[in-house]
Amino acid sequence: MSSEAQENIEVVDLGRRKFLTYSTAVVGAVGAAYVAVPFLGSWMPSKRALAAGAPVEADISKLEVGQAIKVEWRGKSVILLRRDQEILDRLKEVEPMLLDPASEAPQQPAYTQNIARSIKPEYLVLLSWCTHLGCSPTYTPEVTADWAGGFICPCHGSRFDMSGRVYNSMPAPSNMIVPPHQYLSDTQVLIGVDEGEQA
Amino acid sequence: MSDSENNQDGFMGWVDARFPATKVWKEHISEYYAPKNFNFWYFFGSLAMVVLVNQILTGIWLTMNYDPTAAGAFASVEYIMRDVEWGWLLRYMHSTGASAFFVVIYLHMFRGLMYGSYRAPRELLWIFGMIIYVLLMAEAFMGYLLPWGQMSFWGAQVIINLFGAVPFIGEDLTLWIRGDYVISGATLTRFFALHVVAVPVALLLMVFLHLVALHKVGSNNPDGIEIKADKDENGIPRDGIPFHPYYTVKDILGVAGFLIFFAAALFFAPEMGGYFLEPPNFLPADPLTTPEHIAPVWYFTPFYAILRAIPSIAGSAFPGVLAMGAAIFVLFLLPWLDKSDVKSIRYRGWIYKLMLTLFVISFVVLGYLGTQSPTDAMTLLARVMTFVYFMFFLAMPWYTRLDKTKPVPKRVTH
Repeated sequence: MSSEAQENIEVVDLGRRKFLTYSTAVVGAVGAAYVAVPFLGSWMPSKRALAAGAPVEADISKLEVGQAIKVEWRGKSVILLRRDQEILDRLKEVEPMLLDPASEAPQQPAYTQNIARSIKPEYLVLLSWCTHLGCSPTYTPEVTADWAGGFICPCHGSRFDMSGRVYNSMPAPSNMIVPPHQYLSDTQVLIGVDEGEQA
Repeated sequence: MSDSENNQDGFMGWVDARFPATKVWKEHISEYYAPKNFNFWYFFGSLAMVVLVNQILTGIWLTMNYDPTAAGAFASVEYIMRDVEWGWLLRYMHSTGASAFFVVIYLHMFRGLMYGSYRAPRELLWIFGMIIYVLLMAEAFMGYLLPWGQMSFWGAQVIINLFGAVPFIGEDLTLWIRGDYVISGATLTRFFALHVVAVPVALLLMVFLHLVALHKVGSNNPDGIEIKADKDENGIPRDGIPFHPYYTVKDILGVAGFLIFFAAALFFAPEMGGYFLEPPNFLPADPLTTPEHIAPVWYFTPFYAILRAIPSIAGSAFPGVLAMGAAIFVLFLLPWLDKSDVKSIRYRGWIYKLMLTLFVISFVVLGYLGTQSPTDAMTLLARVMTFVYFMFFLAMPWYTRLDKTKPVPKRVTH
């Protein structure tokens, strides 16, 4: 206690009181922030949800040209589509009408950044997931006068070509996503793991 | 009852010495003076309370049989509808009540726009009301997931993915909201917890604060006159009448009228032709099949139409999301955008009347467009209506100054 305070016990050290008030408030706020961690962190996917998001295998041996099959991966459909040379040729023709024909946006792994957006041009592996708001685009392969085949979203009408590349002026802002995948053999595709990595 | 608080005998005297029961009753009911010129539009505040009570009661009863798991939710709702005694009625009271809530709230808010009820000194009253509106939208959105039907699932999918458009953190944010890579049982159970506990608690608190603010500043009225400015020798506003019995009786009439319409919808058209409960929601949620056409429930469609009207810019859907958020946020700013000398539409000039009419038209047309599949013509119309919607607010500081107002009388008219 200072000598001044000893003379008059009624004197209040306002500076000290202010310091104690603020430091208590700051320590309390830090404590509250730490307590918030488990509450906010609890909303992240659980171990079980993470395990359910594990890679899946798909068999493409019975796939016909123009046929698409779907497998489920992380709750989303993955389309596996087999294309012939005629379909691959049309990919070039529609390019002037596409938003991102060269697939420059990072909507695919680097090893599929080509016109076919695939490891093997014949097979396309694509998330059936509209980049607008996550609906599932309908596979619409029938070629008409003004439609070169591809995917049409039932929600807001976004159109994609046979490589999942989005046309100009669509609600969807980018190409459909090619998930990480690799070939285990000529007929087995593993979805969810990048080429060259271990599952 | 005696005038002072503590000098009475008997049971109420005993209570009042321990809890201000008589004081609160007087201050907020029997000696709360409300303007004597309330009209039809002043029913909707009390009706909102009635619907809130309906939602809480029926909601509690629904949780008694509802199973908040992805495997059991849809079946438990059908169980409530078919096998539980009176379950169909409780469920339809709850689902019809949700739409009734928005009908009542939209009319309540429109009343505020007409009579300038958001103007000083009622800014906080308005902001508390807007917070209630936002909470109500969150409550309705999460509640719609619970039946775990196709539209529950895909509607939530679309709305949660809106957060995915946020730059940089979008993907992680959606993962955090869902608690899974996709909408799953984890999402359902957390929405259930928020829908039945967290949001209702917040709603009740905000309704309490809304009423505290209302009773501090006093009700506005169709003339937009402050009745507290003219008090008699007893300090009672000359244009005020006690809330009880005058407005309790009036509000009971309003409730009776409302219940006629509510019961008609409840018993004859609980799904309202697909507007209150959409047909795809009678199919269980299927993550691998998107319904042909996804539209939110009617009360969200104006904002949904605004979202779709904005084209994506530089490969991002974020501008549309921002526009939708702004369409709601701009309402919070209303007290500071209105620069008119008068509050009520009765004393405003033609410009405000025209702008309010255009605003209502834009809201209704956007609401319709939000239910439809987009075509080029509809997208163009939605863009025009989005422009009209925002101009009502953004041009308000100028047109309310330009508008020629009429002189406001000293006393209310009726």
